[in-house]
Amino acid sequence: MSRMATTFLAMLAFWIVLSGMFDGFHLSLGILSCLLVAWFSHDLLLSVGPIRSRIRDFFGILRYLPYLFKEIVLANLQVAYIVLHPRMLDLIDPSLVRFRTSLKRPISKVTFGQSITLTPATITVSIDDDEFTVYALTRSSAESLPGEMERRVAAALEDRR
Amino acid sequence: MMMPFFLGAAVVLVLLMMLSLVRTIGGPTVLDRILGGNVIGTKTTVLLLLIGILYEDLGMFVDIAIAYALLNFIATLGATKYFLRRKSVHETEE
Amino acid sequence: MSAIAALFVIPGLFFFAVGTLGILRFPDFYTRLQAAGKCDSFASVLVLLGIAIYNLGDFTLASLLVSIKIMLIAVFVFIASPTATHAITESALIVGVEPWMRKERKKQ
Repeated sequence: MSRMATTFLAMLAFWIVLSGMFDGFHLSLGILSCLLVAWFSHDLLLSVGPIRSRIRDFFGILRYLPYLFKEIVLANLQVAYIVLHPRMLDLIDPSLVRFRTSLKRPISKVTFGQSITLTPATITVSIDDDEFTVYALTRSSAESLPGEMERRVAAALEDRR
Repeated sequence: MMMPFFLGAAVVLVLLMMLSLVRTIGGPTVLDRILGGNVIGTKTTVLLLLIGILYEDLGMFVDIAIAYALLNFIATLGATKYFLRRKSVHETEE
Repeated sequence: MSAIAALFVIPGLFFFAVGTLGILRFPDFYTRLQAAGKCDSFASVLVLLGIAIYNLGDFTLASLLVSIKIMLIAVFVFIASPTATHAITESALIVGVEPWMRKERKKQ
């Protein structure tokens, strides 16, 4: 029931932002359709679990974001350097890296995988249980895995039992 | 005052889209073409917003941009899944 | 406001240019993905931020809502772009597109 209510509230906020109309007709239409959507899909948006841990996950991700942005900017500059370098082929050394991760929860694995893909010079190819396959553009980026990012993700999202 | 700046940004974006079109047309594999289409789609989302500023009606164009961003993502995923079921992406081998 | 907006838009355009040059210059499909998948997403987030800030120049409720919508697009790009890159890479590996390697690596 609480999942349904949360879905409804999220949908309603989204509706208000998207429509921008505050008269009774549009708001009642929005409430009606949000109720319908919440009833259909309340088990899609949120997984089972107490609402408190969801909130803690949210704040964990918020604390993780500044670090991620810093990494993205640095890594983008690195890729820009490689692309603009006249003898580019000497700089790159593509390879496939496999490593095991200590992350347990699916959400932290997904966050970690997406972060790897977002920071340039590495792409997550697949995640099987706890084995990551990562395509790395340069040797240094291949060696830096999993590294500090995994610890940050673990600090933000793991150990919530 | 900012209008020439945004107009210039939009022109630069269109030129970059034309360069990306080289990859979309030139291949060599089907996945390269999908990638080129995806890149052009990302640029189009931004270009729509710039056009919105130029017409001084951002509120209307932002809705179109949202729809375009969603469509671009779904189209890329759909095209990728479709070519995953075929044996090969090298057109010359067929 | 417009100066701050330009501060975001100009680097965004630079990274768009880098991404486009990347997909033209890199030797094989996987390396092209690197340039396309993230330089482009980072650049579009930068430009979207710039436009959102510029739009807040005349502050009304309507322009605030429009700016929130633009930020929603940015968040969506941030989630969707790595997913699309991931899907394309995986299908390329399954189908068997040949990756470009260093010569000394090929012999191994």
